[in-house]
Amino acid sequence: MLPGDRKPKLAVWKFASCSGCQLALLNCEDELLAVAGHVEIAYFREASRAVVKGRYDLSLVEGSITTPHDLELIQRVRRRSKYLVTIGACATAGGIQALRNFKDVQEFVSIVYATPQYIETLDKSTPVADHVPVDFELRGCPINKEQLLEVISAFLHGRKPNVPPYSVCMECKRRGIVCVMVAHGTPCLGPVTQAGCGAICPAYHRGCYGCFGPMETPNTDSLSKWWSHLGVKEQDVVRAFRTFNAWAEAFREESVAHEK
Amino acid sequence: MKSRTIKVDYLARVEGEGALYVKIRNSRVTDVKFKIWEPPRLFEALLRGRNYSEAPDITARICGICPIAYQMSAAQAMESAFGVTVDGQLRTLRRLIYCGEWIESHALHVYLLHAPDFLGYEDAIQMAKDHPEIVQRGLQLKKVGNELMAFLGGREIHPINLRVGGFYRVPTKRELVPFIDKLKWGRDAALEAVRWTATLPFPDFEQDYEFVALRHPDEYAITEGRLVSNKGLDIAVREYDDHFIEEHVPYTNALHSVLKERGVYLVGPLARYNVNFDKLSPLAQQAARDAGLGPVCRNPFKSIIVRSVEILYAYDEALRIVDGYEMPEKPAVEVQPHAATAYGCTEAPRGILYHRYRVDDQGVILDAKLVAPTSQNQKSVESDLWQFVPKYMDLPPDELTWRCEQAIRNYDPCISCSAHFLKLHIERE
Repeated sequence: MLPGDRKPKLAVWKFASCSGCQLALLNCEDELLAVAGHVEIAYFREASRAVVKGRYDLSLVEGSITTPHDLELIQRVRRRSKYLVTIGACATAGGIQALRNFKDVQEFVSIVYATPQYIETLDKSTPVADHVPVDFELRGCPINKEQLLEVISAFLHGRKPNVPPYSVCMECKRRGIVCVMVAHGTPCLGPVTQAGCGAICPAYHRGCYGCFGPMETPNTDSLSKWWSHLGVKEQDVVRAFRTFNAWAEAFREESVAHEK
Repeated sequence: MKSRTIKVDYLARVEGEGALYVKIRNSRVTDVKFKIWEPPRLFEALLRGRNYSEAPDITARICGICPIAYQMSAAQAMESAFGVTVDGQLRTLRRLIYCGEWIESHALHVYLLHAPDFLGYEDAIQMAKDHPEIVQRGLQLKKVGNELMAFLGGREIHPINLRVGGFYRVPTKRELVPFIDKLKWGRDAALEAVRWTATLPFPDFEQDYEFVALRHPDEYAITEGRLVSNKGLDIAVREYDDHFIEEHVPYTNALHSVLKERGVYLVGPLARYNVNFDKLSPLAQQAARDAGLGPVCRNPFKSIIVRSVEILYAYDEALRIVDGYEMPEKPAVEVQPHAATAYGCTEAPRGILYHRYRVDDQGVILDAKLVAPTSQNQKSVESDLWQFVPKYMDLPPDELTWRCEQAIRNYDPCISCSAHFLKLHIERE
């Protein structure tokens, strides 16, 4: 795909996050050395001291934008990247740290730090796409490593990634799992949550907690009504939509609608 | 007057964003700062108003490398507050998934993050070109740890199967059987890891640390015990705040944790090894002795051997657990919340992880305090550098910088955890 024999350059960037999504790359134990054979890992601080300067063919960006420094850095990353792909709920939706967006951030800072004036932070934790054009968003808290390999492979070959936007229910049915909501009355966010995890929560007898964020066209209002039939209190509906993808539009609006 | 600065703005091969700054004036170290510039995510604030049952999954998001540690410290804090005991096979299963996390986290650090320093490679991928079989062994050791976490927890990063009271689903005995051969392979490979790490070149550097770790009468402590040190500390977890304080210093987003009476202390594999050597399995003790380690090890660079000993121990222990496993009748113990203060502490791969919550009569969290291992080790990292740099002052600047980075990586710092928590500058005058 590239002129001559030049290997495409891959960069991995971190903003506010737990490092779990970039760890997904290091967790590809069987594929890591093969990937390193096909791409030049040009910038990946968690894995290497070496830094290759210049432009990158593909930048993977983990984490949300929460500081003035990061606001500036993301612009530089965009300018130096042919393709920019955000990975994980922090980068695509603001992450769990976006819970501050519903509150006063200064109050939050003073709860954690004795000397709040030492801390530089923005009012809101926001997804990368709020600040720069993003070529693809890979969802999940954490991302699924097979989907990550698919996305890397797709961008390096100039094709569209095969990452389905449908709900967890599709994966759940395909695995032949008995519906936890219908059969056991367990509240589940599966119907409004994007697939990708492999429906692991229902497989472990637990309701989906929405870590892949909203699916393509979620009917959150209807699901909330079903939850209330199951006896879930309003404040628990708010909590359920307000976790790792709390600032994703569909989840945000649903949580606000149930907040008094 | 001759002055210079050692600066590393963005430390590599650590988890998260940190920096180092060392100032040297007239061949004397005049300042050392281990900075954490990882953006604060304000977990202690965002936990307020959440249900007690949400604490394990929310706090897991502090760290993608040690989520089990967060889930376990949180779950056990709540259980002890509500007077619930999770014992028998449920307790054993928790120990098993925790062994998986130790294996995965330690193998990542030993082979991919730390070993390249000893052999002069920028990273493990470069190292793999000359030592493919060694890097492969590390990756496969790590993989089995991840598989154990994924099987018991649903996935290896942010597992979904742990809850206050136990699990959502527990495995049948038959489901665990396929792990026996993998764990046996891992135990042999970990023995090789101990032998191999013992052959690495180590600087002659020792410090008189205060080692703090959980200690348990019957086992190498992972999930519970008393907080014990080699200098006389012996307290229950709930007494933590009486003995430890956190200080906010201007140059770092991580609070510095100190012992009220004696100041700096060290947590993690080296601390556990020194406090609990007698509780290691006979196989792990023998491997440590064969590698030239006694029951006391004060050379932080040798933490790479100690981590390998703990990988070996975790494989050995996992095999013991799988052998004796019987499926519990229920996946979890019932929990009824009431107003209480909850205290929890477990041995994360990098050391003790303390949680404290105050909850109301409905089980809603009123406030939370989380103290990660790396914030406890920050002062120890700095204290090592104060002693280490003068001994190696004559090295060329690039090499000295690299050795300083290596000294920091001895701690396997996890910066996402500690921001409320790295960058390196060495300045010479």
